[in-house]
Amino acid sequence: MSQPTKGFPLPSSLKVVPGTEAAQAAHPYYIQFNPGDDERFWFYNSMHFPEPMHHFDMVTAEAAYCALGSFNTRVHVLPTTKGIDHRIINGRVFIGGVAVTDPAEIEARTKEFQQRAFYYYEHWETLYDQWKEKMKALIADAQALPKPTLPDLEPIETTHTGKGVAANHALIDTYRKTLEGYFRMWHHHFEFLLLGYGAYLTFFDFCKKAFPEISDQAISRMVAGMEAEIFRPDEEVKRLARRAVELGVDDKFHDGMVIDDVLAALDQLGGAGKEWLKELESSRNPWFNVNVGDGFYHYHRSWNDDLSMPFAALPGYIEKVKSGQPIERPTGKLIEEREQLVADYRDLLDTDEDRATYDQLITLAHRVFPYVEGHKFYCEHWYTNLFFNKIREYGELLAENGFFAEPADVFHLTHYELESAIIDLMLTWSSGAQPIGPQHWPAKVAERKAAIKIWGEHTVPPALGAVPDVIDDPAIVMLWGITRESLDAWLSDGEGPSNELKGFAACQGVVEGTARVVKSVEEISRLQQGDILVCQVTNPTWAPIFQKISAAVSDIGGSMSHMAIVAREYELPAVVGTGSATQRIKDGQRIRVDGGRGIVTILEDQPVLEDA
Amino acid sequence: MSETDAIGWFADLRIDDRPTVGGKGASLGELTHAGIDVPPGFVVTTHAFELFLEALEQASPVRALVEAIDPADLDAVTALSKALRARVEQEPLPQPVERAILDAHTQLAGDGATVAVRSSATTEDAEDASFAGLQDTFLWVLDAQDTVHRVRECWGSLYSVESITYRRKHGLPEEGVAMAVVVQTMVDARTAGVMFTRSPTTGDKSVITIEGAWGLGSAVVSGEVTPDRWVIGKITGEISTREISDKHIRQVPAQGGGIVDEDLPADMRTAPSLSDEELQALRTVGRRVEKHYGRPQDIEWAIDKSGALLLLQSRPETVWSAKAQVPVTAPTADPLKHVMTIFGGRK
Repeated sequence: MSQPTKGFPLPSSLKVVPGTEAAQAAHPYYIQFNPGDDERFWFYNSMHFPEPMHHFDMVTAEAAYCALGSFNTRVHVLPTTKGIDHRIINGRVFIGGVAVTDPAEIEARTKEFQQRAFYYYEHWETLYDQWKEKMKALIADAQALPKPTLPDLEPIETTHTGKGVAANHALIDTYRKTLEGYFRMWHHHFEFLLLGYGAYLTFFDFCKKAFPEISDQAISRMVAGMEAEIFRPDEEVKRLARRAVELGVDDKFHDGMVIDDVLAALDQLGGAGKEWLKELESSRNPWFNVNVGDGFYHYHRSWNDDLSMPFAALPGYIEKVKSGQPIERPTGKLIEEREQLVADYRDLLDTDEDRATYDQLITLAHRVFPYVEGHKFYCEHWYTNLFFNKIREYGELLAENGFFAEPADVFHLTHYELESAIIDLMLTWSSGAQPIGPQHWPAKVAERKAAIKIWGEHTVPPALGAVPDVIDDPAIVMLWGITRESLDAWLSDGEGPSNELKGFAACQGVVEGTARVVKSVEEISRLQQGDILVCQVTNPTWAPIFQKISAAVSDIGGSMSHMAIVAREYELPAVVGTGSATQRIKDGQRIRVDGGRGIVTILEDQPVLEDA
Repeated sequence: MSETDAIGWFADLRIDDRPTVGGKGASLGELTHAGIDVPPGFVVTTHAFELFLEALEQASPVRALVEAIDPADLDAVTALSKALRARVEQEPLPQPVERAILDAHTQLAGDGATVAVRSSATTEDAEDASFAGLQDTFLWVLDAQDTVHRVRECWGSLYSVESITYRRKHGLPEEGVAMAVVVQTMVDARTAGVMFTRSPTTGDKSVITIEGAWGLGSAVVSGEVTPDRWVIGKITGEISTREISDKHIRQVPAQGGGIVDEDLPADMRTAPSLSDEELQALRTVGRRVEKHYGRPQDIEWAIDKSGALLLLQSRPETVWSAKAQVPVTAPTADPLKHVMTIFGGRK
């Protein structure tokens, strides 16, 4: 290696953006960079946290890394890696793995791992069934938590039943249970995740050795689950479109409709209208408990909270139903195709030994994949929605009591600070005095709002510290797709043609069209038929609008990502994980997406005016 | 086909006929029989050659002279080669042989079609590069007389300096040295090239590599143009590589027979010589042929002016197929042990 060593800046060289020092200091001490951190390698977790963090939303990082690390380090005992530490600066979450390098320790951990992880693989279906029951019970617990309210006086029943506990106690009780449930959910989340990815990657690795030029897409198509929960919300929208036609209420749905008006009109219509609303209710629970992001930001609201996404898709589906086109997912055909694919690749193997190994590994991959695909619905979507909505209820209560101007301001507090605000309210409700919070919080909220805006305009390096020779952390490779090669690519960023962006080839096909840079779900109504969607991160829950667009480009995601899986199913050319598409591509520009090669080319420098 | 026939039509040939019609001829017969589109044609068999050689031997010795020569004596070999090739090309053909070729030509190309005349060697050895000179191909042959002449030239190549030297150096007996010749209607190709049903660089059997350029495939085979190159998933049809080259010329039929280079206009030079649909059609036929033979193939193909896809030749891929087949990973009794490739750390 005679190349000059390239590296990333040291954590200590990264400065807090002037004017945001107080907002930075409000984060707990244990996630602030400290001098010892210069010895380690860190990277910006833009995959899960692409936008500057609200203080409360950091609870997701805390709960998730707490759980991830526990399972890697102490439950499954991964041989070569422990958990992940996280830090925050300028609103951005940096993470660093803890590798195990001592051969004796690796050996000892390998023994433990094989006892523990192999038990999971052997009993996967049973344990996963049990997992679903656990998750459903946890969700039921969260749903049962009362809405935080404070009466002026306790109801008389408190006296008559000898309850012996006043309403303010429920505030802290419910809050702690809400947090407890969220931390517990993340433990459940990581109970299977790494083992699932690992089994999948074992098959992946075998295929890459047996077929050096096989595409990632082909492998994931061999493994993709068919009954996965991620497809279900979109299937429900299709069902509702079909029901609308059957019930003769399809004329109520059109592009640009005002959803509340449509719902009111259907209600007023009675009969068929009410019938359709009933269908909507049954779809909403639970299938519209999917949010429009990855579930890591409180403002990634669910379809249930904001019906824009499913309703944006309804007119298109209705059109298709009326013209007799099949819209439902052809599960039977997809299963047949997957089995054919598995059989065809098997036929190409040279030896009986390889065919035996292949059979073992595809069986294992199929066994674990329902979890890999399905868990998100329960964890990142359903549970996370309940969690953030519960916090939002606290926001409403505190706003009513003058703590904030608006309920969503609650997310500018850390989870410790929120507990303190709740206790402030409890104390003063009991003493009969005025809470102190209204003098304390509005200024802090304003300061943090301003900081997030500043952080959003400020870029951070993709990584910090010395580049390791190899990334030998299966968790980091699996979850973030980070390898020595990708780090080298980051370091040489800007050396390619200026009008070209490279990403993962997610679904083949070459398309030219108008780029529509969509930064939040509120903007999806701007998408015109045939546009190319350019976004930070897409999620399976964006699937309903895939019928409208001709290609998709995202900043974040790997070729194994859910987005890539869904794009392939819709045969939508897609390039994911470009890093900077939403920054470099301007709304209205003509671009070319080559989904087979993972290249996006900006064809025109001048944005085309939308109404020109 | 009977062993004593001077010619054999593709439709009547199978791969087992290789000893009398050569590898190329037998493969074209096999493809025709399998229902793959191949330009129609016939093979002038080794039997026809042997009848001719017998006639030559009766006039004056052939084999004995070759067997007696010292391969180190280049002057002697050159003189002998010149003499024998002249005889093969000029002495009268036995009547039945000439009649059979002329009749078959009339049947194949009586309407004025042009043909390609290509040698079809009978031994694996002959496919070896060291047997240089044996792989003659004459394109755009205009009439029956010219066809007979080209057949003789193919036969004559058995007595080229390189061929004689090779046989003598390896001590191969002259008895049994024979040559079949393929006569096939010519495809006036819009685009032509080659296809390997595996990766030539990694040996990966899950991809098909296609190379093609404008005009006749001879330009690609001879290396006179850098062809466009594509890599396609054999099973999925994904096109993972598209290298569109600058194809400065194409080869087209010449007025008086044979072929000629033609310059290309700028826009055509850098335009892809195949559409995605054509690539998929090639993949489909490549898979069919591979399945038919049960092993990866090295295929020559052409697309005619009407857009029809035809195979000109298919032979087994030899480089990667000759390598020992080693399992990708050692099998384990406990399949779960395989996950240690991911969790066990870098070896």
